[in-house]
Amino acid sequence: MSRPTSTVEGAAGLVDEVEQPTATLWSDVWRKLKKDNQFRVAVVMIAIFMGMAIAPQLFFTKGLDPAQCHLEDTLQSPSRAHWFGTDLLGCDYYTRVVYGTRTSMEVGLIVASATMVIALTLGGAAGYFGGATDMTISRIADIFFCVPTLLGSILLLSLFNTGGVAIVALVLVFFGWPDMTRLVRSTVISGKRRGYVRSAETLGASGNRVLRRHVLPNGIAPVLVFTAYIVGGAVAGEASLTFLGVGLRLPAISWGLQIQIAQTRFSAAPYLLFFPSLFLCLFIGAFVLLGESIRDALDVKLADG
Amino acid sequence: MSRRYLVRRLLLLIPVLLGVMLLVFSMVFLSPGDPITRLAGNKPLPASTVASIKASYHLDQPFVVQFLYYLKGVTHGDFGQTFTGRSVSDIVRERFPVTLRLAAGAFAVEIVLGLTLAIVAAMKRRTWIDSTILVTTLILWTIPTLVLAFVLQYIFGIKLHWFPVAGVTDGWMSYVLPCLTIGVLSAASLGRLGRSAILDNMTGEHIRAANARGLPRRRVIGRHVLKNSLVPIVTIFGLDLAYLMAGAVLTETIFNLPGLGNALVVGIRTQNGPLVVGLVMLSSIFIVFSILVVDLMCARIDPRISYE
Repeated sequence: MSRPTSTVEGAAGLVDEVEQPTATLWSDVWRKLKKDNQFRVAVVMIAIFMGMAIAPQLFFTKGLDPAQCHLEDTLQSPSRAHWFGTDLLGCDYYTRVVYGTRTSMEVGLIVASATMVIALTLGGAAGYFGGATDMTISRIADIFFCVPTLLGSILLLSLFNTGGVAIVALVLVFFGWPDMTRLVRSTVISGKRRGYVRSAETLGASGNRVLRRHVLPNGIAPVLVFTAYIVGGAVAGEASLTFLGVGLRLPAISWGLQIQIAQTRFSAAPYLLFFPSLFLCLFIGAFVLLGESIRDALDVKLADG
Repeated sequence: MSRRYLVRRLLLLIPVLLGVMLLVFSMVFLSPGDPITRLAGNKPLPASTVASIKASYHLDQPFVVQFLYYLKGVTHGDFGQTFTGRSVSDIVRERFPVTLRLAAGAFAVEIVLGLTLAIVAAMKRRTWIDSTILVTTLILWTIPTLVLAFVLQYIFGIKLHWFPVAGVTDGWMSYVLPCLTIGVLSAASLGRLGRSAILDNMTGEHIRAANARGLPRRRVIGRHVLKNSLVPIVTIFGLDLAYLMAGAVLTETIFNLPGLGNALVVGIRTQNGPLVVGLVMLSSIFIVFSILVVDLMCARIDPRISYE
């Protein structure tokens, strides 16, 4: 290791050198993940769901269209022509359920990425700068933490009386951000004391730079694991809100909506309830498995902040 | 638990409590639409009537004043009135016993099942029993409340007729499936997290010392391992308690129990704003206090915990 010098070049050189271990950590993780069956299953499942979300028509033979319904085919049980049966309006249920994937994927990805941005910004600032910044952010997080996501979302969505994928997702973010923010905050606080962070600070790197280049990249592991769980939670949240009548509305295609409609003819046509529920569980399961396998590979503990 | 900790924790309660109430209240304040015109329906109201109704509900006052009026009401147990003139507190009082029974049952299931799973899995670590528990709880973890409620309702209610499908006319039998729905799902997470909390403690030196002293295994587990694993377990448990209301909204709707969660959904469907606000406000305040209780319990269990 080169001796720290007072020149800028020396400092930059040292900073680069210190960053090397990040790459080894990730290649280690990747090597572990490649051998992990849990991870393989999760990736295959997520790939299939991604495919269904981007190009749903690839998943069924032509002639089937979620918008083409024949009233005379109403409520048929699953058969070779209609794998998942038909719904009340005689639409092919399999195509409807497959089309529902896009909604869930959109909600999951919007919620996960928005939550991650907020958590990294606020949690990073609170943990790194401490003091009044930490106090302000943490108390606001405490307040939002006390309003349960589902209940707060119900209130907000029912008051504003609008529904759409983006709105439902943003409402879920609005109430859901404190958990991950707390996690980032505690990760940053424990990462702040490490040697390479101290040395970057000593070399005169600005607070922002230290946070972005050194503290966050090395503390990102638990955040990634948590993000995978957030996707699952957001998808369940959207389905629950839609089921309760405050989320998406017709003509949107959503598993929550399908479950809500199926509920009324539950004993006559249980398959209408079964298939969207199954997809919902598999979708959440795929992301939970992904989170679990990354967690195992990184060996992180998701302790409460 | 030091008195200093207790005092600081109680002082910290005040801003959070005010903040939570302000958050919920401001959502209502900022929502579009005029409550008075909504109340009047299609009939046009003379301006003077509108003004007098507004004045009687303090709607002509600025936000802060309105909030203070609301706050004053809440401290007297008054969570406002529904549009049909019933007080929200009355509805809460009437519906509360149902939700309380649901909560009690769900927690009984969570504690018994969750702790059993956690202890058995930790004791039988790396055996097929442990892996079965891990896989089962992982699968349960991926099932949303919404789906599990329907699965139980279909299998045990509609197909097997063991328990009533919905309603509360069959006494405690009506509560079995809703309690299982919430309880089993919370037990799955309690089991997983409890297991790792116990395993973290099993490697501790005090456990080795206890074993070396020749204490019976039962005593080592009960007195040394479990007691030290209590903090994370109580924390999970407290958070589950806090989020029970969210679970109650779904299970009470699906099993048609006339509890608080059901009242909330009816409130949404009938566009009964004050009722929805009152219930969300009440559950949030309840959560503030349950977090306080959890923190105080943790400080009592583990004397090392202190404020910063």
